[in-house]
Amino acid sequence: MTKLEVNGQEHDVASAPDTPLLWVLRDELGLTGTKYGCGKAVCGACTVLLDGAPTRSCVIPLSALGSRAVTTIEGVDSEVAGAVRQAWIELEVAQCGYCQSGQIVGAIALLRDNPAPNDEDIDNALDGNLCRCATYARIRRAVHRAAELLA
Amino acid sequence: MSIARLTRREFLRHGLGASGGLLLGIRLGAAPAAGDSAGAAPFTPDAFVRIGADDSVTVIVKHIEFGQGTFTGLPTLVAEELGCAWSQVRAKGAPADPSRYANLNWGGSQGTGGSSSMNNAYTQMRRAGATARAMLVAAAARAWQVKPGDITVADGIVRHTASGRAARFGELAALAAHEPVPKNVTLKDPSEFVFIGHDLPRLDIPAKADGSAVYTQDLRLPGMLTALVAHPPRFGARVASIDDGPARALPGVKAVVELPSGVAVVARDFWTAKKAREALVVEWDESRAFRQGTEDILADFRARAAQPGLVARRDGDADAALADAAQVLEADYEFPYLAHATMEPMNCIARHDGDACELWYGVQGQSLDLGNLSRALELPPEKITLNMLYAGGSFGRRSNASSDYVVEAARIAAALPGTPVKLVWTREDDMRAGAWRPLNLHRLRAGLDADGGISAWYHRIVGQSILAGLPKPPPADKVDHTCVEGASSLPYAIPNLSVESHQPSLPIPVLWWRSVGHTHTAFSTECFLDELAHAAGRDPLALRRELLVDDPRRLGVLELAAAKAGWGEPLEARRGRGIAVHYAFKTWVAEVAEVSMLDDGDYRVDRVVVAVDCGLVVNPGIVRAQMEGGVGYALSALRGEAVTLVDGLVQEDNFDTYPLLRLSQMPRIEVHLVASQEPPTGVGEPGVPPLAPAVANAIFDACGERVRRLPLRRVARA
Repeated sequence: MTKLEVNGQEHDVASAPDTPLLWVLRDELGLTGTKYGCGKAVCGACTVLLDGAPTRSCVIPLSALGSRAVTTIEGVDSEVAGAVRQAWIELEVAQCGYCQSGQIVGAIALLRDNPAPNDEDIDNALDGNLCRCATYARIRRAVHRAAELLA
Repeated sequence: MSIARLTRREFLRHGLGASGGLLLGIRLGAAPAAGDSAGAAPFTPDAFVRIGADDSVTVIVKHIEFGQGTFTGLPTLVAEELGCAWSQVRAKGAPADPSRYANLNWGGSQGTGGSSSMNNAYTQMRRAGATARAMLVAAAARAWQVKPGDITVADGIVRHTASGRAARFGELAALAAHEPVPKNVTLKDPSEFVFIGHDLPRLDIPAKADGSAVYTQDLRLPGMLTALVAHPPRFGARVASIDDGPARALPGVKAVVELPSGVAVVARDFWTAKKAREALVVEWDESRAFRQGTEDILADFRARAAQPGLVARRDGDADAALADAAQVLEADYEFPYLAHATMEPMNCIARHDGDACELWYGVQGQSLDLGNLSRALELPPEKITLNMLYAGGSFGRRSNASSDYVVEAARIAAALPGTPVKLVWTREDDMRAGAWRPLNLHRLRAGLDADGGISAWYHRIVGQSILAGLPKPPPADKVDHTCVEGASSLPYAIPNLSVESHQPSLPIPVLWWRSVGHTHTAFSTECFLDELAHAAGRDPLALRRELLVDDPRRLGVLELAAAKAGWGEPLEARRGRGIAVHYAFKTWVAEVAEVSMLDDGDYRVDRVVVAVDCGLVVNPGIVRAQMEGGVGYALSALRGEAVTLVDGLVQEDNFDTYPLLRLSQMPRIEVHLVASQEPPTGVGEPGVPPLAPAVANAIFDACGERVRRLPLRRVARA
């Protein structure tokens, strides 16, 4: 058993220590908002916050987490998260929606550290989050809109 | 607002409890939908509309939602005619049942594709809404003893103004279920529309903004196991021998199953299955494996292009006109295999109970999948239940000629009767499996006369037939229209025109990929026309205008895009502008691209102006979103995508080697909609074809380099 804090809750998880966090979340804890896209940290669909830092959960094994707290799309509930979600709904960003948990978690981390990002800041923060539906123009606008809501 | 409720006595008089709902369809007497919980309701025709006692209006949507908006667009049509409030509306995927949920553009076949959802269902869904409304009105008229003609319906309230009586849908649902289904209903005049043409909020968005939307990858059934499959490294290879001892020894591994397509390991979860697959020792029989590389295939295609092919179109005498031409231009265009690369790799959940099989996944091609499953499992189609879930993209991949991953999941489940099994393809499995957009070689030749007029156009296309992969393929000596669509329908007035098709057979599975044949035909035709314009000293827009005769809707989008883009206005050095127009899936789209040449051969698409004529615009926001997405999808392929083979081995199997467009590469996009009262047509695909030729023509404008081989990662002359 490994101790793991997810969304403010302590869990004793039984997954093997080499299991990537993504599959602990999805298969053992039933938190399926975090998505599998590539398995090698090259698409961003699996992005979660580790002690607040956006992290690709598909490549970080359970054994490497230590005491770091995990926050998933299901657990983001800050004022910033509320604004991001509202902006995402207002601008109808999602199409298929599969990558959007990762996009939203990434956007929350960006806006928490930088309440008024410019386009370049947004590129730097979210360029690793792929969207096959190419909702990028709306992602950019939604980040700006969320910043506006928070101002 | 005070709403007079039906009295308890009125309900009892009809012998119904308040829990009854109205389930409505067009034909009476059909069986309830498979997997349709409302089958227990008193009224079970082929339902599209279900009205609950809680006032909810559930629209059964026969087309899958994977981002293109069917779960909003089709309910909009029902709601418009029904007279409900948008907040009452829910969408639910239809079961697989071609007898009731066929795509009306496809004969009796059920499925989503060819940007046909709105076009085929437009009148059908409106009629369903109007029929439900008529029955609610009839029920209210009977209960209130008033004339139906004096009753109005709006915002979910059925009202008789003179007597001041009103009722919510939920209050009337049980009564309405007993009304006869009217044979004829009157549809609204478009001037009365309150929903159609407006930006109704998409119904699927909230669940996609908090992680709660359920995709196949997310669904968990009690006792469910996860399966991964070891596939052969080359097409055409088979299992020779298996040593599954080390895999079976791992804790959590439940079964190893040999399949026609490989070897499945079944385990308690994904990670256990993945480790077990790595522990599996499989020897492959590669005696019949395909061992060519992409360059071998291209060399063969070039040789074929020198020979006459199947005739797709012949006007006049192109050979004679070429012989007489003052100037002859020739160009080859090469297009790679492309992966759909949906963000959700292919997956499917199946449970086989011995004499029946139930599946849960992003069902796009119900009729194809039912047929393929029925043959593979030796079960009649009525013993197969398909449950439609959201799909994390498809772009054609889940409308599956061979039902590859679906049949694979069902076969694994058949080996473990009673146990639900989720088959997960890893990204690598997904990309290596084929089902790609076919590799294509196009050879074009045109003649200009002494005045610079185009006297001849010769177009030969070499590429695998997609339809040849269907369970019932058309004859091999017939032109597969998906190979030549957009080329054989070249709209330009050229007197001598010849379009031919070579459809070589290769053991590489190919499939439709967002806009199918138009992905390559729009590029070669619109780029080559641009070459001819420059050779003749003509402006590319002016030449198109001149050659488009009696083609007002194509000219309409062309002029609109050009005007909004500022066609002809000067640009800075190392910048260029290009235009392309194309008709696909009954929709016209023109795009003007502006590009900048960067250092080291890189380039950036700064701005794309889109003009689209898709008939009546049902939801402008969704049309815009699909145009934006189409531009991004096409630009992604142009900039970087290619699946290649070396010695039969796939070289690109994840996003590190198969680069997708990124946020920083997304251009500014402006979408302009042509106002129209023509029937609505599709928007999922038609935004794709004009983008790459518009960008390629802009690159020529910026630096003088012609783009003839895709993808274009670097510009040599930039």
